[in-house]
Amino acid sequence: MIRIAIVGFGTVGQGFAELLERKKEEIRKKIGEFKVVAIADSKSSISGEFSIDEAIKIKRIEGRLRDDRKADELIDEVDFDILAEATHTRLDGGNGLNYIKKALKKGSHVITSNKGPLVSEFKGLMNLAERNSVKLMYEATVGGAMPTIKLIKRYLAFCEIESVRGILNGTCNYILSRMEEEGLPYEQILNEAQELGIAEADPTYDVEGVDAAAKLIIIANTIGVDAKFEDVERVGIRKITPEAFKVAKEKGYTIRLIAEVSKETLRVSPRLVPLSHPLAIKGTMNAAMFKTDTAGNIFVAGRGAGKEETASAMLSDLYDIYVSN
Amino acid sequence: MNEVLITLIVELEDRPGQLLKVLEPISKMGGNIVGIVHQRGKKTPLNRLPVEISFKIDSKKLEKLIGSLRSSGILVRSVNEVKLTATTSVLLIGHLIHTDISDTIQSIDIDGEAECVEMHVNMPEISGPSTAIVSISAAGNEKLKEALEKLREICRRKKITMIEPVNEDLV
Ligand SMILES: NC(=O)c1ccc[n+]([C@@H]2O[C@H](COP(=O)([O-])OP(=O)(O)OC[C@H]3O[C@@H](n4cnc5c(N)ncnc54)[C@H](OP(=O)(O)O)[C@@H]3O)[C@@H](O)[C@H]2O)c1
Repeated sequence: MIRIAIVGFGTVGQGFAELLERKKEEIRKKIGEFKVVAIADSKSSISGEFSIDEAIKIKRIEGRLRDDRKADELIDEVDFDILAEATHTRLDGGNGLNYIKKALKKGSHVITSNKGPLVSEFKGLMNLAERNSVKLMYEATVGGAMPTIKLIKRYLAFCEIESVRGILNGTCNYILSRMEEEGLPYEQILNEAQELGIAEADPTYDVEGVDAAAKLIIIANTIGVDAKFEDVERVGIRKITPEAFKVAKEKGYTIRLIAEVSKETLRVSPRLVPLSHPLAIKGTMNAAMFKTDTAGNIFVAGRGAGKEETASAMLSDLYDIYVSN
Repeated sequence: MNEVLITLIVELEDRPGQLLKVLEPISKMGGNIVGIVHQRGKKTPLNRLPVEISFKIDSKKLEKLIGSLRSSGILVRSVNEVKLTATTSVLLIGHLIHTDISDTIQSIDIDGEAECVEMHVNMPEISGPSTAIVSISAAGNEKLKEALEKLREICRRKKITMIEPVNEDLV
């Protein structure tokens, strides 16, 4: 019996719980028996006897869970095999970092969707997992449903990855591809994105390339480039004008925010992308191009965010822990 | 006029005034010298000094020039046309006019082996930022990278947003 604890019960945490419930028969067949034994948000938790549906219902109605016990104590006191961590992103690691460390030290595997802990302490966490003979899985931190981390670690295991260039932020890609289509100024398209819930009220984190840079750091470390967030040369998309798209188009280009890592490069910046290039993708999609020594160029694309998409990446990590190894 | 970039290697006797015997005819025929490299350490067995001279000239005049150099006793070792084979475009956004766009563009000129071959500026309003797409050609990818690095530097200094292409090998 695989015992799962979920910490962070917002969009992603709930999405993961719902997906476990909805796919339970297939999960049992393909992975084995499992049970969600505990769930926590920022102020409360639930453990012992409860069902996933019940927990989601209480959370939606009351904005909290049944018990007062906090996530911290829950991780200390409840026995589980897997921690699914989906708390807020903080680039210094935040609480999520502590939860992950505690769980690894206890000998539990961890599946996280939270970039913060990996951006702040990638190596330390990987070493900690290894010392405790457990796995720290993080497919959901980069590219949502788009296969990225396990693609690198499994499929491209014997390739030297010379560079990765990707569109890692759906909000920026939406804004840029809409500017391309409509010829409208940045501010106007940003407003539209905010109304549609694609951009946050404070869009800084996305449009200044912070989110993409955090994901780039995770990819960089995964391909063996020892890099820190501060090392990323970062330029956002605020200064891009509608005219820029016009003149670029005359030469057969569009503009996208590209995150790039190679031996010489670590940067997130707007780039000219040939209109026929696979990275000239539209809407909130994410995409990445891996340049390898033996496998040539590999291109992947997919939905970069969303409740189910992110949850599906976490479920693929669960499968990997128990089946692929 | 079809101007070409030429690298000429001549072997000169090691005494004063020899170089002038090469440079003068080039200038007289309207050639434009862009670089001279003395290969001091590499004297030939006959004690001559190889010198590499790059210049731009009307392609129609090249043959005549080489002929007249030879007949004046200059030992011409090789004549090669440098082709600007690598081309890319970059986009510049910012106060391009105020920050002297021609100075910005000239910064990429590397001895004639990299240059701006085309530029299109779009200026929506006088006070606002303008946008330009610039095509750069260079003699090979290395030179092109060098030119881009120079442009990047000057754009950083002038607070111009430079948008580079994502193309695989820049060509
Ligand atoms: N949404 C996506 O599409 C997506 C995609 C990929 C990755 N992610 C990442 O996944 C994580 C979760 O995202 P989300 O969209 O689910 O965010 P969210 O809806 O804001 O949920 C965050 C959850 O974390 C809980 N939390 C905050 N501080 C905590 C603490 N100190 N201890 C325990 N729980 C705490 C919150 O508790 P309360 O409910 O009590 O506030 C909430 O349940 C983030 O790191 C995000 O970057 C999200």
